[in-house]
Amino acid sequence: MAPMPGSERNYLWQDGTVRSWLLTTDHKRIALLYMASITVFFVLGGIAAALIRLHLIVPTGAIVSDETYSRLFTLHGIVMVWLFLVPSIPVTLGNFLVPLMLGARDLAFPRLNLLSWYLFVMAGMLVVYGLFRGGLETGWTFYTPLSTDYTQGRVLPVVAGVFLSGFSSIATGVNFIISIHQLRAPGMTWYRLPLMLWALYATSVIFVLATPVLGITLLLLGFEHFFHVGVFDPALGGDPLLFQHLFWFYSHPAVYIMILPGMGVVSEVVSTFCHKPVFGYRFVAWSSISIAAIGFLVWGHHMFVAGTSLYAAVVFSMLSFLVSVPSAIKVFNWLGTMHGGAIRLDTPMLYAMGFIGLFTVGGLTGLFLASLASDVHLTQTYFVVAHFHYIMVGGMVSAYFAGLHYWWPKITGRMYPEMWGRTAAALLFFGFNLTFFPQFLLGYEGMPRRYATYPAQFQVLNVLSSAGASILALAYVLPLVYFTWSLFRGARATDNPWQATGLEWRTSSPPPTENFAQAPIVTHEAYDYAALAQAEDATRRETPHG
Amino acid sequence: MSWLPEASSHAGRVDVLLAGLVLISLAVLGLVFGLMFLNIIRFRVGSQMPVPHEVVAHKSWRFEIGWTTATLVIFFALFVWAARLYVVGFQPPAGAIQIYVTGKQWMWKVQYPGGQREINSLHVPLGRAVQLLLTSEDVIHDFSIPVLRIKHDVLPGRYQSLWFIATRTGSFRFYCTQFCGIGHSRMTGTLVVLNSTDYADWLDHTPASGSLATRGEALFISNGCSGCHVSGRYPPDAQEPGRAPSMVGLYGSIVPGPDGRPVRVDGAFVHDAILHTGAGRFPKGRYTTEMPSFRGVLGEDELAALVAYIQTLSSSTPPGMGALASPPREGR
Repeated sequence: MAPMPGSERNYLWQDGTVRSWLLTTDHKRIALLYMASITVFFVLGGIAAALIRLHLIVPTGAIVSDETYSRLFTLHGIVMVWLFLVPSIPVTLGNFLVPLMLGARDLAFPRLNLLSWYLFVMAGMLVVYGLFRGGLETGWTFYTPLSTDYTQGRVLPVVAGVFLSGFSSIATGVNFIISIHQLRAPGMTWYRLPLMLWALYATSVIFVLATPVLGITLLLLGFEHFFHVGVFDPALGGDPLLFQHLFWFYSHPAVYIMILPGMGVVSEVVSTFCHKPVFGYRFVAWSSISIAAIGFLVWGHHMFVAGTSLYAAVVFSMLSFLVSVPSAIKVFNWLGTMHGGAIRLDTPMLYAMGFIGLFTVGGLTGLFLASLASDVHLTQTYFVVAHFHYIMVGGMVSAYFAGLHYWWPKITGRMYPEMWGRTAAALLFFGFNLTFFPQFLLGYEGMPRRYATYPAQFQVLNVLSSAGASILALAYVLPLVYFTWSLFRGARATDNPWQATGLEWRTSSPPPTENFAQAPIVTHEAYDYAALAQAEDATRRETPHG
Repeated sequence: MSWLPEASSHAGRVDVLLAGLVLISLAVLGLVFGLMFLNIIRFRVGSQMPVPHEVVAHKSWRFEIGWTTATLVIFFALFVWAARLYVVGFQPPAGAIQIYVTGKQWMWKVQYPGGQREINSLHVPLGRAVQLLLTSEDVIHDFSIPVLRIKHDVLPGRYQSLWFIATRTGSFRFYCTQFCGIGHSRMTGTLVVLNSTDYADWLDHTPASGSLATRGEALFISNGCSGCHVSGRYPPDAQEPGRAPSMVGLYGSIVPGPDGRPVRVDGAFVHDAILHTGAGRFPKGRYTTEMPSFRGVLGEDELAALVAYIQTLSSSTPPGMGALASPPREGR
């Protein structure tokens, strides 16, 4: 594609060679590299999910062997968690937006940023190699001693890949933390930061503090495998529960890695499309931080039936209830933001409202699992599967799509087709509920997760779920199609198509490589729509043709 | 919510808790979706509804503190309710029938105190407390009985316990719910609850090679345990009687545990003590020799028999048969 006249100065077309893309240190280009990579992994994980749902329409299993089924859900879990959900919003929208929202030229460490992408790609290739050449049937949790002594699959390359992806996460986290501390534009105080940045800051803290524990755990796993040092394997004198403790000490905070950025996006979108400051700004900001902090203290709730002590179970249950309070605060504040606003139901807002609804369902069903006696009945069944998909897919994927539509004009300089956008948002909401709501009922009836075959009494609900999955698949394919279309044919976007307040909307769409023609100075609170209107009036008076 | 039968009074209580959770969830969802739709109808751009002038922003603190406190109070009540129900699961009543359940890839082996054995099937009498002693020969499994609303992970090398009183006769499914390899979904079985006469009948007609305790007694001699441990009928053949603790009256007594704190000797304790002996695990005290570990020497079936035998050496606890024990009240 030839560069369009007058657009040579923006970051997309400044230098179009492959080499310039692969060696770029521009956070916006790295964001796009990441976006392409995680889209590939999302499609891969999605195909696995589609095959799983297709297999489960018949109690005896429709298409694959038990072994292949185990490998499919292992692939789905590992790819979706580490190669899509954990990086998703931070490395794409976050990478693109952090410097723009701060009013900075780039992240604090642009080369580290590029390195993190290369680490991520290598990690992804290792994981995919392991999953396809040999396959792995441990589930994404690698519980010992199944993963160490009792599996024929390729544990090593997959674990090495996950280990490597951790360093990519840490690099991103460090970069965001330092950038937010050091690169704020003049006048950009902490309480003037967009809430997206508070959320990404909290996420980065988890990246930096929790990911090393995953690294250590995986190293110990390798150590045991190669040198037969008893760490987790009871046959060698180790303790299998130790692995679960270490694994969930990372993986529970990682759940908040997977949802906090989504909450940030929703705060931005709700404010913009209600044309009103976020209700209770400071509460929303600090609730992100408290989720990150309390999130480190609740890992034991994955182990209520695993054989930990009664005392531990009671304490972890109480802390798990506590961690849901800041989430509830956010939901109420978003509703408060809508009250008295001027609400426009454009695609990003539809996705954001879908997020609020589905995340609330996910959060409330989390209470069923934080409650000890009901957790004993529901855990390790389809109830859990439904619960975390409501958070991860209903929540995080909705938020990712909300953000993608919202910032698409800024990223590409093009508008997406609004009608198709709204259709996809509605399809996602209905398809998602049809897929996962029946799974709550399956879980209550006792259907265990990770079963390749199941008793016939569960078939009706499984067929419903699979039917929903096909609608959901359509809801994913649609944006892929119209976004690609809009890259070439979409209407030109103006600099601030949504009348939003963030600094990213003050530069051109798409922004120039150096982000801002003049370094911005911040004189107002975040979401100050009155100031925005005044500024636009002033510009209009200066340039009558504007 | 009653299409999944409740086969114990605990199941009933869990269902009440679930119903409470569902009601609270529906109320919150109603509030969230209601407010969302109300806001859209009133404040949508182009809406015909008059917009009120006083905006609630200045009352923000009162709102924040209001909904935070409300959430905290409701959550704390739920926590206490569910935790009280859960604590019950940790206290098996005295006199429960002890049944040994061993998981391995991919089947459940069940051993009864009378020496009966079966695979992927568990027979229990109606209205009597039953304690399952669960362990695994390989990876982590999980024994889940949905009609009783209970489950527990089954770990290699240690005993976990689940107990219940079945209140409904019939056949119900149990499952392995911890992913244990490619045969995971085949690792299911049937719980059969029989009334007491049918149960006695079933026990009589199921072949058994001597009771579990009798087998344990034979193992106690053949593996040389009786060479050091006093067990009533078999005095140690060594000259010095104080080589090892006596097994008489040990079960149910309080002894110093591995970390020095006092613990009550139960099935799990005896099982672990046989497997995990060795330096530092137990205070050697006045004994001169250290017991070798029997890991890899004794299988889980044999360990179950030994545990059953050692129980019979304590007069205070009935030998797992519990034929005369009256059904205790479940819970408090």
